[in-house]
Amino acid sequence: MAPLTVLGTGLAGYTLAREIRKRDREVPLRLVTADDGSAYSKPMLSNALARGKTPAQLVMASAADMAAQLDARIDTHTRALAIDPAARRLRTDRDEDAFSQLVLAVGADPVRPDLAGDGAGEVLSVNDLDDYRHFRQRLAADGRVLILGAGLIGCEFANDLAASGHAVTLVDPAPQALGRLLPAAGARQLEAALSELGVQWRLGLTAGRVDRAGSGYRVTLSDGSRVEAGLVLSAIGLQPRTALAADAGLATGRGIEVDRWLRSSDARVFALGDCAQVEGLVLPFVMPLMQGARALAATLTGTPTAVRLPAMPVVVKTPACPVVVAPPPPGAQGEWRIEATADGVLARFEQPDGRLAGFALTGTAVAQKQRLSRELPPLLD
Amino acid sequence: MKKWQCVVCGFIYDEEQGLPEEGIAPGTRWEDIPEDWECPECGVSKDDFEMVELEA
Repeated sequence: MAPLTVLGTGLAGYTLAREIRKRDREVPLRLVTADDGSAYSKPMLSNALARGKTPAQLVMASAADMAAQLDARIDTHTRALAIDPAARRLRTDRDEDAFSQLVLAVGADPVRPDLAGDGAGEVLSVNDLDDYRHFRQRLAADGRVLILGAGLIGCEFANDLAASGHAVTLVDPAPQALGRLLPAAGARQLEAALSELGVQWRLGLTAGRVDRAGSGYRVTLSDGSRVEAGLVLSAIGLQPRTALAADAGLATGRGIEVDRWLRSSDARVFALGDCAQVEGLVLPFVMPLMQGARALAATLTGTPTAVRLPAMPVVVKTPACPVVVAPPPPGAQGEWRIEATADGVLARFEQPDGRLAGFALTGTAVAQKQRLSRELPPLLD
Repeated sequence: MKKWQCVVCGFIYDEEQGLPEEGIAPGTRWEDIPEDWECPECGVSKDDFEMVELEA
């Protein structure tokens, strides 16, 4: 019997496999991964330094352990090349095999910055454990780290590095940190807390050139100023991996388009996690992935189950200034109402009728998370 | 009293504090939390947690 096949062994692929096994011990299961298949949690990459963890210590189980635990065939170092949905066949760089149902849990690619200079190709991004190993090898005890992008990942890495004694410069074209998530009052507080740790801010600027200089780099910003850094890390965004699906003729938009059952435009092919666009929503966070994995495991084992997504606030791991955000849905009408205190900002995004459509909390206000979450409408009901 | 950490997102459950806002009283032991409980920050289930040693 052709196996139920999952492409990807990140949090999405392995969580789904676990949920499938909770429901069905018999169905043949195959997982395919381009890396070594180590089970680890990607969110833990951005606070590993402060927790004193080496990349090796972030591995929770090897691919062999996972194969035994899941009673699954796991093909490591294997790249999926083409899907034939009609024939239900998957071609990899090693073989071609049939599948009963196929789940794309292939994640997202970091957006590459557009840079000139002979050091541009050496700008790092951390998107998986292999990237993180490389980053930690290159991270010198001294020397500044310049981070492109003051979004969620950029701020988390800045906090982790600065709290571990590294000099950090954050560069972002927006006038504030977490520009797409936080109103300015909340951002000011985060910026101040990270400044206390020594983080230098270069907001409202972009990097144009990265040139090699000595053992590090010289980064030229859009105002003509230059910053010397031992390492340049890019965290400017993620782009769902859609090429494999698009080549197979499946519908794609920003992500692989799926319905409430996480079903693509082909009834036997599904998508989960950072690569998926669920009813128009791309939600590259852990909570929706967990909800999706549970519903999809049921669907794949014979009980079609639509994904329900409650309001899911995102916790930003910046211990210097805790941040929780539940961004209002794109295009929501309304305005921010902000209550600021010395040690916290509580911002409510209220619709014209007064109903809550989103919130942002910093500092001591994060204690209000549960209370406000209950006021929010579900994302997908 | 022990602390337990979510292996996925790093959330820490401290038995001493409980999670009063979720109806889990301070002092509630890990084993007494319902099996269908989920991590409030990332949604993983209880069997995906591991114990963190209490700092001295």
